[in-house]
Amino acid sequence: MMTETDQILRVTDISKSFGGNTILNAVSVKLAKGEIKVLIGPSGGGKSTLLQCINCLVVPDAGAIELENETIDFRRKQDLYRLRQQVGMIFQDFNLFDHLTALDNITIALRRVKKMDKNQARQRARLELDQVGLGDKEALYPAQLSGGQKQRLAIARALAMDPKILLLDEPTSALDPTLIGEVIAVIKGLAVKGMTMIMATHQISLIYNLADEILFMENGRIVEQGPPAALLAAGNTSRSQGFCDRLNELAEVDG
Amino acid sequence: MPHALSVVFDSLPYLLQGSFLTIGIVVAAMCLGLVLGICMAVGLVYGNRFVKYLLTAYVWIFRGVPVVVLLFLFYFGLFNFLDLQFSAFTAVTIVLGMTTGAYQANIFRGAILSLPKGQFNAAIGLGMSELQAIKNIVLPQILRMSIPAWSNEYSIILKDSALAFVIGAPEIMARTQFVASRTYQHLSLYITAGIIYFLLTWAGVIALRRLERHLRIPGYSHQGNQ
Repeated sequence: MMTETDQILRVTDISKSFGGNTILNAVSVKLAKGEIKVLIGPSGGGKSTLLQCINCLVVPDAGAIELENETIDFRRKQDLYRLRQQVGMIFQDFNLFDHLTALDNITIALRRVKKMDKNQARQRARLELDQVGLGDKEALYPAQLSGGQKQRLAIARALAMDPKILLLDEPTSALDPTLIGEVIAVIKGLAVKGMTMIMATHQISLIYNLADEILFMENGRIVEQGPPAALLAAGNTSRSQGFCDRLNELAEVDG
Repeated sequence: MPHALSVVFDSLPYLLQGSFLTIGIVVAAMCLGLVLGICMAVGLVYGNRFVKYLLTAYVWIFRGVPVVVLLFLFYFGLFNFLDLQFSAFTAVTIVLGMTTGAYQANIFRGAILSLPKGQFNAAIGLGMSELQAIKNIVLPQILRMSIPAWSNEYSIILKDSALAFVIGAPEIMARTQFVASRTYQHLSLYITAGIIYFLLTWAGVIALRRLERHLRIPGYSHQGNQ
């Protein structure tokens, strides 16, 4: 049984509109420590906006976010900075800092945000690079890395901040099919270590193997949610089931 | 012609002394323009509507009014009106700095907009403040990207600095005109002045190109500057 105190994140009824279009409509998500939730659903359904709202890259119009029982005041900059520092974000297109080496992509936030000194930051960054198998790439710039290496570096950069939660926004969607495997392996490794995650993905193996719960989003709402065993059971007529079937068919056509 | 040549030789040290003042004006004006340009570009991209209107108005005014008009307006008009005792050098530096600042603001603004917005978001997402993200992530990249456009600005300001002679700053042009009006060797002296300006432009542009090459990010090609 999940108790209130196990919950690390509580998102309650958050809404967001852009220019009169409602992108998120009173969405609520609760997350326990070590839990992994996977967001699926059609493009434009609000998955990306939900993730961006959870770490306030996009500040919600309404609703509440509580991190470890502390309510975030959206009007207080300090609250937003603290929330973002504790909630890591992985983007579809990596968003690495092009002018910095792999090592400095990680050290810059350690030094500027966590106020570590140069040596401390480098030590920590090297540790994270080793963890994602990029130990020998620290002097290379993002433009010199493959797509899979870029995403692994982005994951290392986020992990160096010791986030309590990791948000992943389609982490494998911009990758060449041959490079997806190495990123999936890193994400699975995080799951094994008990990282708390919310992930938007169309990667069927991540959905089947990692999700504690699937959230199916459409038109800015969560229209279906439940553990994969229930939603994706054979003969089930859930929206999630239909969606995953189509993903499977596509994977077979591709493969 | 030998007489013309000897006039040039005799007056060369005097003219070259003027080039120190020219270089001083250009360096000071470019630095002032750099600071103004960066601040205004940040305001033009990230500022609220009021800030944007104000800065846009500034850019339009300094782009739309001839430098020589601004120079007279400031030196004889505004500074007098405010009872400021500025030297001709200071006045020229301020006017040229504010003018190039308007152009540099547009250069940097374009560079910021061409930078993938995701990098700013990633920096914010790691817990940096907006100002930290601008300082650590945005500026180092857009300044690199802007060097080619900036070297254009340098050559324009260098040549505009010749206008300093109209308010009596003893730079290259003023000294050339002074010697020419006394020796009547206009042709050879103005050719000499032209050569000095050309060499200063050339040296500066080459130096900036070196800097650009030195700062190039391995494996990365900036869009729109090649």
